[in-house]
Amino acid sequence: MSGITNEGLVLACSAIGAGLAVIAGIGPGVGQGIAAGHGASAVGRNPGAKGDVMQTMLLGQAVAETTGLYGLVIALILLFANPLIGRL
Amino acid sequence: MGNEVDFMVHGYIPLNIFGHEVWLTTTHVCLLIVCLFLLAIGLIVNSKMKHATAVPGVVQNIAELYVEMMDGVVQSCMYRHWSKFANYILTVFMFLIFSNISGLFGLRPPTADYGVTLPLALITFVLIQFNAFKWKGVGGYVKDLMDPIPLFLPINIISEIATPISLSLRLFGNVMAGTIMLALFYGMLPTLVTIAIPSFLHAYLDLFSGAIQAYVFCMLSMTFIYQKMPE
Repeated sequence: MSGITNEGLVLACSAIGAGLAVIAGIGPGVGQGIAAGHGASAVGRNPGAKGDVMQTMLLGQAVAETTGLYGLVIALILLFANPLIGRL
Repeated sequence: MGNEVDFMVHGYIPLNIFGHEVWLTTTHVCLLIVCLFLLAIGLIVNSKMKHATAVPGVVQNIAELYVEMMDGVVQSCMYRHWSKFANYILTVFMFLIFSNISGLFGLRPPTADYGVTLPLALITFVLIQFNAFKWKGVGGYVKDLMDPIPLFLPINIISEIATPISLSLRLFGNVMAGTIMLALFYGMLPTLVTIAIPSFLHAYLDLFSGAIQAYVFCMLSMTFIYQKMPE
């Protein structure tokens, strides 16, 4: 453990943190799947309302996606614009 | 080994504005190309619509189809207030869809830069706040901020500020994720294979995802603005 510099330690931990941050993608995946499943059953029950169901489903999925994208943005910041290196 | 992986913004020419060093970057160049393209479309459609005929030609047909379709979408979201916002929504949708699919033509999508999506969301933010003041007055606005009880004031202020941030981060995150995935995929493959295989990824990440995100940005802008208006 003697050959590790401070920068190397921060970079390695940032990479691990970036990997942990994109785990946030699990939640939106489940949420979008539930929305798509209910959308499919709604179209099956009432095929005439397909356009409205699609519009509502896409909008809801896009809003549910936001939390996962926050995780992605945290990962991108850790990888490409690391604020922790400057604090050494 | 494959090609070099490259999806970052590069600076090309340094400019000196009021003592600050400002760089002309990839985003500026791609933004300029997209804007020139939109300007060319506007000029062509304008010159065609000056001699509009009863039986429409190709360009007139497409322009009328687009405007009628988007008018219908705006109308279904904002009911009787639609005519004031149709111009803004149509323009933003056109700009977003062309900048999102510009990755297909070898540009770096301008919307994969947070400096492009944040101003777009701030325009929507200004529209939301302006309409809230216009329709409810200062008293109604303050009353809305303390909605159930005055204790909720800080939470309501945070949720107002979070609106443009979530709007811009949603667009930026989606387009940036697509750009990074395509760049990593191109870097992984040997040069010969890059002609055929990534076309599926391009179709999903650039066309489908880009169109959905442009649509979602416009729908959410309309919904947020309409929330602040009377029925």
